[in-house]
Amino acid sequence: MSLSLDDVKRIARLSRIAVTDDELAATQTQLNRIFGLIEEMRAVDTTGIEPMSHAQDVVLRLRDDAATAPNRREAFQAVAPAVEDGLYLVPKVIE
Amino acid sequence: MKWEVVIGLEVHTQLTTSSKIFSPASTAFGAEPNTQTAVVDIALPGALPVMNRAAVDKAIQFGLAIGARVNRKSVFARKNYFYPDLPKGYQISQFELPIVEGGQIAINVDGVEKVINLTRAHLEEDAGKSLHGDYHGATGIDLNRAGTPLLEIVSEPEMRSAAEAVAYAKALYSLVTWIGICDGNMQEGSFRCDVNVSVRPEGQAEFGTRREIKNLNSFRFIEQAIRAEVQWQIETIEDGGKIEQATVLFDPDTGETRMMRSKEDAHDYRYFPDPDLPPLVIDEDWIERVRNALPELPHDMQQRFERQYGIPAYDAVTLTASKALAGYYEATVAAGADAKLASNWIMGDISATLNREEQDITACPVSAAALAALIGRIADKTINNKTAKDVLKKMWESGDSTDAIIERDGLKQESDSGAIEAIVLEVIAANPKSVEEYRAGKEKALNSLVGQVMKASRGKADPAVALELLKQKLA
Repeated sequence: MSLSLDDVKRIARLSRIAVTDDELAATQTQLNRIFGLIEEMRAVDTTGIEPMSHAQDVVLRLRDDAATAPNRREAFQAVAPAVEDGLYLVPKVIE
Repeated sequence: MKWEVVIGLEVHTQLTTSSKIFSPASTAFGAEPNTQTAVVDIALPGALPVMNRAAVDKAIQFGLAIGARVNRKSVFARKNYFYPDLPKGYQISQFELPIVEGGQIAINVDGVEKVINLTRAHLEEDAGKSLHGDYHGATGIDLNRAGTPLLEIVSEPEMRSAAEAVAYAKALYSLVTWIGICDGNMQEGSFRCDVNVSVRPEGQAEFGTRREIKNLNSFRFIEQAIRAEVQWQIETIEDGGKIEQATVLFDPDTGETRMMRSKEDAHDYRYFPDPDLPPLVIDEDWIERVRNALPELPHDMQQRFERQYGIPAYDAVTLTASKALAGYYEATVAAGADAKLASNWIMGDISATLNREEQDITACPVSAAALAALIGRIADKTINNKTAKDVLKKMWESGDSTDAIIERDGLKQESDSGAIEAIVLEVIAANPKSVEEYRAGKEKALNSLVGQVMKASRGKADPAVALELLKQKLA
């Protein structure tokens, strides 16, 4: 599988990464190289092997259900660019 | 052309935990904005999620309650999209290996039982809230809700009408509130439905193109939205148009659905296993512990009610709409009331009055024991059914007992045939026209005469005795 320039544009948009027209071709080459690696791995026979969902052989740690977090709004919002009425302000979004 | 409607539901139920799914911040509703957030919820770099055991427990409860497979191993995945109320840039959800797969929910529409199969139920976190108020052209973000645990429950597309979809949503609602994994507060968004709707010509095997109606938070809106959407789809096709896959919103004010997103700009979520969360592993002991702690489930209780109390299926379904209602019914019968009379009164006057007052059974001022006493006085013929309705009303308002009200207002039914006989003779004398009609074979005229006797006795005559006497005298 290899990516077209349009694929690269679309992925960049989905990832909210600005890729300029000058960078498109290079990005395409790099991504396709990664696909090459994936193709190589896919060629390995994995019949009967359970797919891994995590790189380490560990299980999820669980915690007890207790609401112990203090209210740290002031500290958190001290680094926010804009706040009002306790809300974080962001450029207007309408969907 | 005859059309068949195909409906599937995705329901987001908010789980009743104290803290969030991956952080120790509170999930309480209605707090000041952003006061219930921890580093994980606002996605500070390096903050790592730690799974809440209670959320897993509740998902297991649900899985067992619907007879589903609870996966011994399930996996959390990142669902990637950009929106300001999702500060990480992805929602932690489950994709390839959800915690619950399969299972069934029985619904009942017009007395016909149907089983709806479920596809899956998976754990995920809720997003925050965007507020489009007056913030100088900006949008305000409240992340209190971000990270609230949700169980998303997905049905197979097996419903064939709006009525079936509503029945399914109600049955699911009843179940999750019954086992206590969700508080069921729909105004606060604890139970939100996305409905997938398509139509196809009757007899066609393949599905039509579906549109998804997002975020319906009342049973009435589910019904209205489906009806509007179905009508729109059929009209569009019959006018030669084509249905395009889309996400739509229902506007309760206009009663119409309108497009939110078309397929072209549909999200591409690029799911992948979340490296921050290793697989969730559930052992047999845990599942057994949950199984043993589960209460009797609505469907089992319905069948027991039919068996134990000899009431019809319709009654059993209605009475098990909530655990509290079922408990009230059982307490009424345990206090000595006749099982069918108790059912009639609870489904009738009690429910009607509660509905009018927009209350549920937990707020009923007439206790189960008090209702049983009232029903006892009907059964022993102290009062007739009509008088009992008035007595119940007075009990409701004053809190007085049945016997006190009967005594005080002199409502004791007259079943002494001597006293009734006198009234019967008067009524016969005063209504020659009805008497003549009855003698000419018009059975209905007798009802009118019984009515006159009841009226003359100010409702205190035993109608059965009055009927008997009238028949005797007119024979």
